[in-house]
Amino acid sequence: MFEAISFYLFAFLTISMFFITVTTSQALYALTALAAGMIFISAFFFILGADFLGAVQIVVYSGAVMALYAFGMMFFDTTRDLKEKQGNKFIIYGLSIVAAVLVVIIFATPMIADGVPALYPIIDGIGNTQEVGIVLFTKYLIPFEVAAIMLLVAMVAGIVLAGKKMDLSLTMMNDAEVKDFKEEQNKKVLS
Amino acid sequence: MMEIGLNHYLVLSTILFSIGLIGVMRRKNLLMLFFATEILLNSVNIGFAAISHYYGDLTGQMFAFFVIAIAASEVAVGLGLLIVWHKRHNNIDLDNMSTMKG
Repeated sequence: MFEAISFYLFAFLTISMFFITVTTSQALYALTALAAGMIFISAFFFILGADFLGAVQIVVYSGAVMALYAFGMMFFDTTRDLKEKQGNKFIIYGLSIVAAVLVVIIFATPMIADGVPALYPIIDGIGNTQEVGIVLFTKYLIPFEVAAIMLLVAMVAGIVLAGKKMDLSLTMMNDAEVKDFKEEQNKKVLS
Repeated sequence: MMEIGLNHYLVLSTILFSIGLIGVMRRKNLLMLFFATEILLNSVNIGFAAISHYYGDLTGQMFAFFVIAIAASEVAVGLGLLIVWHKRHNNIDLDNMSTMKG
């Protein structure tokens, strides 16, 4: 009963928030609606018993990703209204719905055919976080490490791209260039 | 109606995925395009978590974690590239990014 009520409530809220995100012409409204939608999505994870996933959803999306977008938006001119593509509406909506249904069919077909046995079954008696830890650090250890390297690469790429004068490298210059560079820096400090 | 099954979650996932695709197709601003991409990734996560719950299998949740990691790194690199483009060209509309057009 309560599961049904909460499912329909959060489904309605999530759909309306994401609808605002894709239709509004104000960038700030889109950002806030997206953040709200992310929080509401974590509710589904809690209903489904995936507690750790819900917590990660709140921390990563609402904390990290939204903060990144908020800081990124300071660089852009977000006050002006956004222009939209004026394409054929039927093509856009039709293609979207067909593609979404196809993706869900790809997910659901092996499930309906019962062709997927449970590889790592959920064990009764221990919490979701513990189970996730056990599976993540035994069966999925290598993908976990690869994901860590990918995040490191992404962090370095973000810093290099957004930072100033990141194309300069003191180790790659010869001595004369380094001297010029340092003099330039000193001039800037003094002036 | 009152019993929530796997189908409910799959329908919800479909609706959210189509909203995200509509956003991808009709937005011109690249930042808004990133928002639509986040919606796509999240709708897929709901599908993974639901299937994981109803089949008693943790693999779905594992994949959802990796999807979240990919989304986070995509945002970092994408925003960095967007800032570089905005510094050079002073806008981030898709129409101006046609330097490779034949």
